[in-house]
Amino acid sequence: MSDRLSVFKTYKLYVGGKFPRSESGRVYEVTDAKGKWLANAPQSSRKDTRDAVVAARKAFGGWAGATAYNRGQILYRVAEMLEGRKAQFVREVAEAEGLSKSRAAEQVDATIDRWVWYAGWTDKIAQVVGGGNPVAGPFFNLSSPEPTGVVAVLAPQESSFLGLVSVVAPVIATGNTAVVVASERSPLPALSLGEVLATSDVPGGVVNVLSGRTAEIAPPLAAHQDVNAIDLAGADDVLAKELEIAAADNLKRVLRPQPVDNWSQAPGTDRMTAFLETKTVWHPTGSLGASGSSY
Amino acid sequence: MASAFEYAPAPESRAIVDIAPSYGLFIDGEFTEAADGKVFKTVSPSTEEVLSEIARAGEADVDRAVAAARKAFEKWSALPGSERAKYLFRIARIIQERSRELAVLETLDNGKPIKETRDADLPLVAAHFFYYAGWADKLEHAGYGANPRPLGVAGQVIPWNFPLLMLAWKIAPALATGNTVVLKPAETTPLSALFFADICRQAGLPKGVVNILPGYGDTGAALVAHPDVDKVAFTGSTAVGKEIARTVAGTRKKLTLELGGKGANIVFDDAPIDQAVEGIVNGIFFNQGQVCCAGSRLLVQESIQDELLDSLKRRLATLRLGDPLDKNTDIGAINSEEQLARITTLVEQGEAEGAERWSPACEIPASGYWFAPTLFTNVTQAHRIARDEIFGPVLSVLTFRTPDEAVAKANNTPYGLSAGIWTEKGSRILAVANKLRAGVIWSNTFNKFDPTSPFGGYKESGFGREGGRHGLEAYLDV
Repeated sequence: MSDRLSVFKTYKLYVGGKFPRSESGRVYEVTDAKGKWLANAPQSSRKDTRDAVVAARKAFGGWAGATAYNRGQILYRVAEMLEGRKAQFVREVAEAEGLSKSRAAEQVDATIDRWVWYAGWTDKIAQVVGGGNPVAGPFFNLSSPEPTGVVAVLAPQESSFLGLVSVVAPVIATGNTAVVVASERSPLPALSLGEVLATSDVPGGVVNVLSGRTAEIAPPLAAHQDVNAIDLAGADDVLAKELEIAAADNLKRVLRPQPVDNWSQAPGTDRMTAFLETKTVWHPTGSLGASGSSY
Repeated sequence: MASAFEYAPAPESRAIVDIAPSYGLFIDGEFTEAADGKVFKTVSPSTEEVLSEIARAGEADVDRAVAAARKAFEKWSALPGSERAKYLFRIARIIQERSRELAVLETLDNGKPIKETRDADLPLVAAHFFYYAGWADKLEHAGYGANPRPLGVAGQVIPWNFPLLMLAWKIAPALATGNTVVLKPAETTPLSALFFADICRQAGLPKGVVNILPGYGDTGAALVAHPDVDKVAFTGSTAVGKEIARTVAGTRKKLTLELGGKGANIVFDDAPIDQAVEGIVNGIFFNQGQVCCAGSRLLVQESIQDELLDSLKRRLATLRLGDPLDKNTDIGAINSEEQLARITTLVEQGEAEGAERWSPACEIPASGYWFAPTLFTNVTQAHRIARDEIFGPVLSVLTFRTPDEAVAKANNTPYGLSAGIWTEKGSRILAVANKLRAGVIWSNTFNKFDPTSPFGGYKESGFGREGGRHGLEAYLDV
């Protein structure tokens, strides 16, 4: 074995496609499952959440307006990039969750496969949940799903990578943009994911990753007037209730925390449909006579 | 302006409806007094005549009704869907049979023209029950899994603008999916819901499946807060919707909200003007503008503003305001004194802020609550009449130059329920419809409704959809 001294990584936030430190200058100590120091992660402030929301809002029009095919290509590219950096994520997940190398590798494999799964959904969900409506009158009438907007996502506390991707990918697959609060105790896989997204053609601001104290940075997101929805997966019951009350102020769509035993189970479409709006467009059909001309 | 045609009165007979001097709460299949004996009066807004005295439900009555619905849930949800369907088909048919009676009743209690209750409300009510009846035994094909389950007891609170139609939107999908309901109608329009209780009796609906609790806001608040309610559905103001969202926070109650709106009706320079004028009139004067999806902001392309407003004013001068039971009436009464006061305040503020007010010459009846069709020009986006939901026959006119500007102005509101687009150019319709953040877009038409067509809002207009396959989700454990 070489006795070369390794180079530590400075873990930074991922906001608007850039990698800033917390504007507060604060960091907190992240340890592995046994308490060994791993890194100092940025401890985000209220101001960091606001910056992230601004970035997510700015990115929304372009991302929602991209073709579903294009979004699918980009999400698939994320899986490709992850595949190449598998070893790094296996190490980070193993340290974060106290798993063996092989168990951590299973988690990372499942995570990559989950990106692939959602990449394929981008241009199919509209046909599954939308469609024409047979109204009783001379009208063309079509319902289509559209992304809700900026979604605050509190990533699960326990599953630092598979859980994280399981809540982020469905949000952005349909055209929403996200402000993600990483697992408080195990934020490193989430912060590293930012580096992958930055090199996967995901436009800056589509996913923004914050680390820090969930109880500190979730409330300003829940109360933010330019956030349209919030996924409370990473909140405990007491915090979740407080956040749901704050979210009512501008009627955010709220996905309450649900018990998940095993994030590797097939996810279904619920996490996509939770952050979709249905738009219904009417238009008169007019009429053609038997000869094919009007009247 | 003198009318070109004088019309003789053509009132619909009110003999077809027999309103009792008093009504109780409808709990567990029986009409019953409120536990504390409280009552309130419901009046006809066009005459201020007292129509009936209604029991006013309190907390103890909410408890009783929820218990009755809970008890009924076990059997009702266990019925084969095909049996539940037949009850709903029966209800739909009885509504059709009694539709003239119900139309007259609704017009008396609500104040809206008989033309509307007869030709819009009642046909839609029957159609809604007929539509969801058919779903009851097909839920496994609805895209919500192989065996979607009902939620349990649904607490439903509805507004006064379409009393029976909003009841249908709430009760039909709830029952089709196997839930039981406790419904609170609005305090100014309780009668059609109580007549519906009688229809449930005629249909042989099992006791406790539908419970009706007339009352005020406190009754509704008690219902949504009740710990044994599994589902809350509300249609009404955004302020109350937010309060309800706070109330159910931290519970397992599923919530759907259909709230306010400030719909933009966008008219481009190539629009067919005469059709657009009809659409604008329908958009804001249907039901005296007391419609959450009303097209209350007219966005007109600058180059055709004068031409359009001239046509619009000519058309408004022909609207007939008066006795809602008259078959020729276009504009009926405002639903309540309180609502009239709200409209009046906002309109006065519009004038005070510098917008220009116009109404056609229009005789206002001596008694009852009335507001002449009103149009504001010189309106800016900052004016309160361009931002707040007025919920009355008041149209705010703004202008734009480019499609981008139209979209930006249309979306410049916390609401997102409806919008209209008028242009002959198909690609422009699709481009603009795509950019509007609203749940229902009417292009070259307005205020069309259908049970198969999902209805509901973006942003602060609420969440969840009513109507269509989408409407089932609100009442299923998915």
